[in-house]
Amino acid sequence: MASQILYALPFLAKGFAVTLWVSLLVVTLSLVAGVLLGVGLVYGPAPLRWAVRIFSDTIRGIPILVLMFFVYYGLPAIGLHLPSFWAAVLALTLFKTAQVIEYLRGAVASIPKGQSEAAMAIGLTFRQRLTSVIFPQAFRRFLPPWINGVTDAVKGSALVSLLGITDLMQAINQVIGRTYEAMPLYILGALIYFAVNYALSLASRRLERRFAFIRE
Amino acid sequence: MSDATNASPALLDVRDVSKAFGAVEVLRSVSLQVKRGEVVTVIGPSGSGKTTLLRCVNFLESYDSGSIRIEGKEVGYREAGTRQRRSERDLAAMRAETGMVFQSFNLFPHLTAAGNIMLGLTKVRGKSQAEARQIAEHWLGRVGLAHKADSLPAELSGGQQQRVGIARAVAMEPKILLLDEITSALDPELVGEVLAVVRSLAEDGMTMLMVTHEMAFARDASSRIVFMADGGVSAVGPPKEILAAETSNERLRTFLARFRASHF
Repeated sequence: MASQILYALPFLAKGFAVTLWVSLLVVTLSLVAGVLLGVGLVYGPAPLRWAVRIFSDTIRGIPILVLMFFVYYGLPAIGLHLPSFWAAVLALTLFKTAQVIEYLRGAVASIPKGQSEAAMAIGLTFRQRLTSVIFPQAFRRFLPPWINGVTDAVKGSALVSLLGITDLMQAINQVIGRTYEAMPLYILGALIYFAVNYALSLASRRLERRFAFIRE
Repeated sequence: MSDATNASPALLDVRDVSKAFGAVEVLRSVSLQVKRGEVVTVIGPSGSGKTTLLRCVNFLESYDSGSIRIEGKEVGYREAGTRQRRSERDLAAMRAETGMVFQSFNLFPHLTAAGNIMLGLTKVRGKSQAEARQIAEHWLGRVGLAHKADSLPAELSGGQQQRVGIARAVAMEPKILLLDEITSALDPELVGEVLAVVRSLAEDGMTMLMVTHEMAFARDASSRIVFMADGGVSAVGPPKEILAAETSNERLRTFLARFRASHF
C-alpha cells in the first residue's frame, strides 16, 4: 500500500501544482476585477453601480457548480468554446469577483466620511484620496474576509475536477481508481489542502497584527 | 453691498449663496466678505446654516445659486452663474488654497502626526519627504507638539489631535483657514490649548472664517462677527456691537439671552 502511494506521489504533485495554479489565477484575477468593480460600485456613476450590483447579486445567487457547467457546456451555444481549464478558471473567477466586490464595498463603507472630507480639504484628488487615505485604512477591514475567501478558493478549486481537469482532487481519484486505497489517499489529500489553508491563515493573522495599530 | 470706499477687495467674497436640501432651505441668499488678515466668526443657533456655509467655501458642499470667490476666482463652478462644476483636478487645486479644521478632527489614523501634515505637502505641493518633514516639524513646534511628531492620532488626546489638525491645515499655507466648531468635541479643559493656537495664528495675520460656540473667544479674537439665523445673515458687525446685550435685533437678542442662560 505505502509503496503504491509513494509511486503515485509525482502524479499527485502534478495535480497539486494544477490546484495551486488554478487557485493563484482565480485569486489574482478576482482580486483585480473585484477591486475595480468594487470601486465602481462605491464611487461610480449610477448606471455602472447598477450593473455591478446586478452582476454581484446574480453571481452570488448561483451555485458555483452551476456557474461552472454553464460556462463550459452553456456558452458554446453562443459560440464561445473555452477549453475546460479556462472555463473552470473563468467560472471560479466570476464567483470570487462577486465576493471581492462585497468585501471591498464593506471595507470602504466602514471608513468614516470625515476621512474623505479631510483628504479633499488638503487638496488631494480622487485617486490620491483612495490610494493615500481610504485604501490604507480599508485594507485592514478587507483583509480578514478576503483571506477567508482565498482559502475558500483553494478548497473550491477541487470543483474543477468535475470538468475533467487533473488537479489534486482528480489526481487522487485517479490513483484511488488504480489502487483502491481510498482512505489513506483522501486523508493525504485533506492534509495537503489543510496545510495550504493553515499556512494562509497564519500569514493572515500576521498581516492583521501588522495593521492592528490603526484605531479610530 | 460692499463699501464703495473700501479699496482692498475681499479675499473671500460670498454673494447671494442659496442652498436647499430638498424642501429645506439651509442657505438663503447669504453674502459675506472676509478681507486679508481678518478673523470673521459666524455664530447662530444650530441649524442656522453656519457649517453648511463654511463647507460651501471649500466646496465640500455644492450650492444652488450665487457665487463664492477667493481672490476673485470662482470656487466650485466654472463661471459665476453657471452650475458647471469644475473638474476634479481643478477642485482639488482650489481646495488646497483653503485650509479646513473639523469638529471631529478627522486625522488620518494610519499616519503619524507628522505624516498627517506631510501628506498634502508631498502629494499636492510636490515637496520632497525631507522638506515636508521639516515643515511638519516646524508646525508641530508651533502648536506645541514637537515631541509628538511620530505619534499616531490614537495616542494623542483630543486637544492634541485638534492641534495636529490645525497644523495639517496651515502647513499647506492656505489663503484662508476655515474652522468648523473646532472645540465642540473637546473636553472643557482641552479647549484652551486649541484656542491659544488659533489666537497665535490670528496674531500672525492668518485670514480665518470660523464657526464657534465659544462666545468669549469670538469676542476677543474676531475682527467681525456674523450672526446667522434660518439660513440667512441676520447681523454683521464688530464683536462689541453684535454681542451687546441691548441689540435691537430681536433674534440675536434671543440667541444671546439663551446662550448666556445656558453657559453662565
